[in-house]
Amino acid sequence: MDAFITHTGTVAPLRRSAVDTDQIIPAEYLKRITRTGFEDGLFVAWRTNEPDFVLNKPEYSDASILVAGPDFGTGSSREHAVWALKDGGFRVVISSRFADIFKNNSTKAGLLTVVLPQAEVEALWAAAEADPTTQVTVDLQAKLVTYGDTTVPFDADDYTRWRLLEGLDDVGLTERHLDDVEAFEGRRPAWLPKALPALPA
Amino acid sequence: MPKTLAEKVYEAHVVRSTAGEPDLLYIDLHLVHEVTSPQAFDGLRVAGRTVRRPDLTMATEDHNVPTLDILAPIADPISRAQVEALRKNAAEFGIRLAPMGDRDQGIVHVIGPQLGLTQPGMTIVCGDSHTSTHGAFGALAFGIGTSEVEHVLATQTLPQYAPKQMSVTVDGELAPGVSAKDIILAVIAQIGTNGAAGHVIEYRGSAIEALSMEARMTICNMSIEAGAKAGLIAPDRTTFDFLQGRPHAPQGADWDAAVEYWSTLRTDEGAVFDAEVVLDAATLTPFVTWGTNPGQGLPISERVPDPAQIADEGERRAAEQALAYMGLTPGTPLTEIEVDTVFLGSCTNGRIEDLRVAADLLRGKRIDPSTRMLVVPGSVGVKSQAEAEGLDQVFIDAGAEWRGAGCSMCLGMNPDQLKPGERSASTSNRNFQGRQGKGGRTHLVSPSVAAATALTGRLTAPADLIGA
Ligand code: SF4
Repeated sequence: MDAFITHTGTVAPLRRSAVDTDQIIPAEYLKRITRTGFEDGLFVAWRTNEPDFVLNKPEYSDASILVAGPDFGTGSSREHAVWALKDGGFRVVISSRFADIFKNNSTKAGLLTVVLPQAEVEALWAAAEADPTTQVTVDLQAKLVTYGDTTVPFDADDYTRWRLLEGLDDVGLTERHLDDVEAFEGRRPAWLPKALPALPA
Repeated sequence: MPKTLAEKVYEAHVVRSTAGEPDLLYIDLHLVHEVTSPQAFDGLRVAGRTVRRPDLTMATEDHNVPTLDILAPIADPISRAQVEALRKNAAEFGIRLAPMGDRDQGIVHVIGPQLGLTQPGMTIVCGDSHTSTHGAFGALAFGIGTSEVEHVLATQTLPQYAPKQMSVTVDGELAPGVSAKDIILAVIAQIGTNGAAGHVIEYRGSAIEALSMEARMTICNMSIEAGAKAGLIAPDRTTFDFLQGRPHAPQGADWDAAVEYWSTLRTDEGAVFDAEVVLDAATLTPFVTWGTNPGQGLPISERVPDPAQIADEGERRAAEQALAYMGLTPGTPLTEIEVDTVFLGSCTNGRIEDLRVAADLLRGKRIDPSTRMLVVPGSVGVKSQAEAEGLDQVFIDAGAEWRGAGCSMCLGMNPDQLKPGERSASTSNRNFQGRQGKGGRTHLVSPSVAAATALTGRLTAPADLIGA
């Protein structure tokens, strides 16, 4: 996984709430079996049907920090939503509330999700709308978002932060504890179901 | 200390717990489908890893499968490649697969319970948000992303933090024609589309206890539409009766041992929930959605809301965007909304009981001539059962299309899609923009509202059919 330490870039202000993962990337783009190359599906319906959509505006085309309304990433568990955002050039998403699975997926793929109060989200929207070239720094080491004279702290749980800073993948970390897993398996009741072999209906 | 059901199941699966780190949770059953797994299997191959417990893993083909000509190769080459990747991965890693044409094939959340693989007290995951369905059995079941699918394949565990606890209590009796779908749509309308974020919901109360397993699955299925990590219901006699005799249910002395354990899976008196929601079943009526997320719903007797009356700016903007997409005018009675298509199916309402309810309303009648109705059983098992009961003929005689099993128009990854601007009444779980096809407009409904709507061509409550 890519490490995330600090990132500086410009903001795309997405003034929408409850952006579900079907909007981030629709199902027809999920047929691929690769882990990259999903940028063409990113927000494709809005990019196609709404000329005023924020990512259609040239001044936001290079943005790498997406600032969205509350409840970003609801719906389907598709990790493709995280991959599409990354493939589309985003390193950070800021919102006042994320859906759990999206947030979890983002931490596995090196996309940083930052929770800020709605008032701070509005301030970022205003700043990016007033001047789309506003440079915003998201520093995971210091847990700070800074732009202009504004500095806003954010929370990040220590463990996830450590994993992101180091770019560590979970499977490797868990493999250190396989003896515990084996011991647990020894205690499981024998009647628990097994999928193999297939049994007659 | 008194504990909730979800806490009991969670704690029974903690492999390892260390301060400052997530717990390592053991996974009893890992369900796999073709869309969210290929990159996970690739990850295993790249790292030279194997599947730790193929015997606790089960795969099926559901999202991409056509519902016509299911024995012919899939026409769409990209869909076909994805299904073929699953077949190759299942063979290479020694995983049981129910492919198209197999008697066990179907939507992943329909086949788990049908085979008896879903049992009380288990931890169940799948790279699919509607894994919450399995919570109907008192299992802790939740959706995961592809990186986590890879993690479970490799280790049969997941790093987790204990979720918060929410109770949704529904007491009282449902009126005729009001169903589990209406309960859950009402709950989501009340708490919002991400209102249960970070929580596991336990559904309790006399109205929940009175529900069949199929109806309980409908409710738990849509927990994710309220943003919940999972939804569950304490197992009881209804649960045990459903399970007994299923292929993978315990037998003989094992059955007795299992039932003894399952009977302990109840929330203790005095256990504390972080949030509580209470609903009176007697006040519920059929619910439909008018907007583009499952929280934007109302009783069918209401009118399309007027965004101008919504005080909160964010919500007003969301309502305006939703109505613009849905092509609806504020103040229109919901029952005047005409639909092009009725979709009966999905992991929410594609089980045998759902088909029976709809068939009862359609028996001996014809659907509205300008409306198309697609009936898609949730699994081959459901399809065979329905055919044994003659339900297929009821649907066909009414003018509906009787299809093969799969996800179908729930998300339109196969050819079953709405055309731009077309409107559906759908028994599925998501009315997101474009979910059922580009530009398609979805109203979520129960199976009986779906059937009543098919008869009239506009959103209709079953009670309003009488005398019609
Ligand atoms: S029926 Fe719909 S919601 Fe259920 S698993 Fe299939 S696509 Fe997902």
